[in-house]
Amino acid sequence: MPYPVEQNEKFAAYAHPERLVSTEWLAAALADGAVANGNLVVVESDEDVLLYETGHIPGAVKIDWHTDLNDEVTRDYVDGAAFAKLAASKGISRDTTVVIYGDKSNWWAAYALWVFTLFGHQDVRLLDGGRDKWIAEGRELTKDKPAPAPGNYPVVERDDAPIRAFKEDVLAHLGTGPLIDVRSPEEYTGQRTHMPAYPEEGALRGGHIPTAASVPWARAAAADGTYRSREELEAIYLGEAGLTAGDDVVAYCRIGERSSHTWFALKYLLGFESVRNYDGSWTEWGNAVRVPIVKGAGRGSVSVPAGV
Amino acid sequence: MTTQALPSALAAIVDDFQALSEPERLQLLLEFSEGLPALPERLNDHPELLEQVVECQSPLFLTIETEKNDGGQAPAVRLYFKAPAEAPTTRGFAGVLHEGLDGLSPEEILSVPDDMPELLGLTRAITPLRMRGMTAMLGRIKRKVAAASGVRA
Repeated sequence: MPYPVEQNEKFAAYAHPERLVSTEWLAAALADGAVANGNLVVVESDEDVLLYETGHIPGAVKIDWHTDLNDEVTRDYVDGAAFAKLAASKGISRDTTVVIYGDKSNWWAAYALWVFTLFGHQDVRLLDGGRDKWIAEGRELTKDKPAPAPGNYPVVERDDAPIRAFKEDVLAHLGTGPLIDVRSPEEYTGQRTHMPAYPEEGALRGGHIPTAASVPWARAAAADGTYRSREELEAIYLGEAGLTAGDDVVAYCRIGERSSHTWFALKYLLGFESVRNYDGSWTEWGNAVRVPIVKGAGRGSVSVPAGV
Repeated sequence: MTTQALPSALAAIVDDFQALSEPERLQLLLEFSEGLPALPERLNDHPELLEQVVECQSPLFLTIETEKNDGGQAPAVRLYFKAPAEAPTTRGFAGVLHEGLDGLSPEEILSVPDDMPELLGLTRAITPLRMRGMTAMLGRIKRKVAAASGVRA
């Protein structure tokens, strides 16, 4: 049974207010026993694999983006059987309302939400502001790990096409629809191939996909880690980046996690019907043989038809 | 590579990790992150004296100091680390290296194999991507020790 949707003025302006909850709302739901009785499952998903263990929202379970959601052998996400097993072990059934939160303004939480969406999980929401806002407000944390009653989750095959772009899709997309590059300006221009102060992950060339607009992911977040208002988001993505309602948009970053945060903003807050996350991102594109790139601050153009 | 090649404190830590199941190893790493000593005040006030290890997923700064011993004994290398509380994995790696290497001689530290972090048995649970940070931390320590003591790494 879906848990009631939060009503507030900020969320009401978004295209899909049902995709966000506030820290106040979650605290009230916790006090009502919604997590304890299994009506609501709260998932923490962080960059650091041990952060959950240092203290988390009472009743929250942990899903690690790398060890839980990626297949160990195939360069891909887990399959339907593995996802069903994971979800059930976290007390999640197919119709459970899931609220995901995490560190760094919900990067990894948005990534986990995107993977849940690949499996068509209906009711999955983000905690606006994530872990940092919860802590900044002095709300309760615990080190107690819950032992949820197993959920009942069917084996559902992933449906990648609507929200996931592969390299070939991006090649076909060149010249026909907009791309948003959410990496840092230094990565976009090709000055560097990884985030400032982050590990070098082995892209051979620096630069961006031709025609991509540069909108670093953090532009979508306010200082407290919450998403900016609809009006502010429209000024950034429609105004500066030049997207138009109805566009078919592809977002990418380095490995697909920062772009999940932007994917969420475009899809659910601004209401673009067709937004795909290119999770291969720069680690694939920057190394791929014979795909075009552009260096420097200009977006560049597609001079040669894709596939030739 | 066996733990026999390691300095005794580090060998004992590796043995502890290897004796545990994977989830327990993560718990032990968490304990090391909690046990990482804070920076002494003189370094806290001078962040420019520390170097960032950029290969780590989270900001990690470190430096070394060499304490001369009287009586002809080898000098002791002291290790100092700084990493935020929100980065327990990185802090845990630093904690292992601190407990395993702090106070040893330059020769002892330089003898530690570069791929020693793999002996902790964390690669699957932590992922190779994250383990790279610890390998980089060890490499940086060895380079700094070599430069300070005039010994080739």
